[in-house]
Amino acid sequence: MAAFDELDPLSGRKVLVENNLTFHDVTEAVAAPIEIPNARWWGFFIVSVMMLGLLLVSLGWLFWEGVGIWGLNNPVDWGWAIVNFVFWVGIGHAGTLISAVLFLFRQKWRTSINRAAEAMTIFAVICALLFPTVHTGRPWFIYWPLPIPNQMGMWPNFRSPLLWDVFAVSTYFTVSLLFWYVGLIPDLATMRDRAKTTTRKIAYGIFSLGWRGSTRHWQHYEKAYLILAGLATPLVLSVHTIVSFDFAVSQLPGWHTTIFPPYFVAGAIFSGFGMVLTLLVPLRSWFKLENLVTIKHLENMAKIILVTGTMVGYAYGMEFFIAWYSGNPYEQFAFANRAFGDYWWAYWIMISCNVISPQLFWFKAIRRSPLLLFIISIFVNIGMWFERFVITVTSLHHDFLPSSWDYYSPTFWDMTTLIGSFGLFFTLFCLFVRFLPTIAMAEVKSVMPQADPHFGEDGHHE
Amino acid sequence: MSKPIKKKVFGLMAEYETPKGIFHACEKVRDAGYQKWDSYTPFPVHNLDKAMGLPPSILGWIVFICGMTGASCGMLLQWWTSTIEYPVIIAAKPYFSYQAFVPVTFELGVLLASFGAVFGMLGLNRLPQWYHSCFNSERFARVTDDKFFICIEASDPKYDPERTRKLLESTGAAHIEEVED
Repeated sequence: MAAFDELDPLSGRKVLVENNLTFHDVTEAVAAPIEIPNARWWGFFIVSVMMLGLLLVSLGWLFWEGVGIWGLNNPVDWGWAIVNFVFWVGIGHAGTLISAVLFLFRQKWRTSINRAAEAMTIFAVICALLFPTVHTGRPWFIYWPLPIPNQMGMWPNFRSPLLWDVFAVSTYFTVSLLFWYVGLIPDLATMRDRAKTTTRKIAYGIFSLGWRGSTRHWQHYEKAYLILAGLATPLVLSVHTIVSFDFAVSQLPGWHTTIFPPYFVAGAIFSGFGMVLTLLVPLRSWFKLENLVTIKHLENMAKIILVTGTMVGYAYGMEFFIAWYSGNPYEQFAFANRAFGDYWWAYWIMISCNVISPQLFWFKAIRRSPLLLFIISIFVNIGMWFERFVITVTSLHHDFLPSSWDYYSPTFWDMTTLIGSFGLFFTLFCLFVRFLPTIAMAEVKSVMPQADPHFGEDGHHE
Repeated sequence: MSKPIKKKVFGLMAEYETPKGIFHACEKVRDAGYQKWDSYTPFPVHNLDKAMGLPPSILGWIVFICGMTGASCGMLLQWWTSTIEYPVIIAAKPYFSYQAFVPVTFELGVLLASFGAVFGMLGLNRLPQWYHSCFNSERFARVTDDKFFICIEASDPKYDPERTRKLLESTGAAHIEEVED
């Protein structure tokens, strides 16, 4: 591991592609690993598919028997299904942040990580959409929240945050998928032009839509990309805001707070970057992408985790301050119960993982160590799952009526469904790294120094 | 037996090694007054559209119209269902409680604007187009990797096999070939 980053001789900034790769080297580095079968890939794929099988068994039993197989009880009628939903939606947000927000801020380092992060977004949102669909108990009526004319003459209640959620998450999924596909078109054309087998030629050929790199096309393409980034930026902020409304618009102490939207968005980006590191640290070493996803890229992501983790810590503190400052005893009880009640252990797991562990990123040596980044990213994932557990369960289990207070525990089937959703996520991600370019080749090439049309002209550098 | 079919010429294709090379070549072809020509690059070369003299993209207007359509249809849908088609008092709110209708209005606006951006881009680019004469050139497969091309089409009124070839040679092309239609 280099102690210092290579610097661009002209701009003096850190180079994004190390070791003086040519354009062709970039194509080779990205495309070669997905053209040859890989024994390690099969190992991961088989394990993922087995976990996916566990999900299918759990869902089969759920549809047969009903939501009674889960640990839900009278006060806690929203359990792991909502916890997992918010967890997975939050993971997705880092992908959109990298692809859209960093694009608008002209952060060129995003180009080598945006493809994998956007793929992560799409797969995470698929996992997220699974839970509200199955938790209704009668998933064949899932079309009811959609405004479809029906024989009952009924229409959805557009004043409900749960309905806003349906629109927000499905729009988010659709727009993320379109954005990802638009980014993929030129790289699919690269795969088509390199393809050796007929199957690959036809498959990549169909999906690359006959892309030929025409400047007349690039012009509209770049405009479309910019507009999509501009649309995805407010969209991603709106999605987790609306997810937080599911809680904040209700009257329950511990949920009914105005801090929820910004706090949820910061937490979502925090957890998403955790998952990006969990995925990219092994991927860059197995696919030998170290020249493209450099230590500097990892360090930048660690800094974003530090910032958002600190924001989340601030929000935890501010919730307690406002509970005390409000002078409302019910609000105060809800928060005292959250930290020191029956679920004190979940609360302190959350604090250790989300507030304390990212503070290690103040140290440069830790930010630049892939192994430590990977370990801390796992803690971030665990911590953010517990955050949603703490918010959901501690507020519900001691609600308004003390006679109905109860302790909530998950069942075997709660756990298999969560593990199974990871199976779905990793199966999709395995298929992605096997068949699609994991790095946006065209975008990386466009930020290399020699891509500048005035590169090498003495003195001039626009 | 019929006469051997004479292959129609699509145009002259010149190949360049660097973004700098194609940038200055495009300026020369533009200044020579050609209309039906195009450049092909593995990634968007900064300002190459200006070097070619292309007008700016109109995609923004398409997206604006789509987005406004989505947002107004979203608000209309909620107004109509909540006040006319299915009026139900919920939480003592007015039938037309427009504040609560903002999220769905916003989401539908973004959704349609995104459709406008993607399908508008594909429409303006006439994609998908799985056959194009440029693909007849074997060297053109490198356009998605690391080579840069200019193709001046035979249908251009100024096209002349000799003079056009001379022009492309003067731009420092690494290789020039005739492409069949």
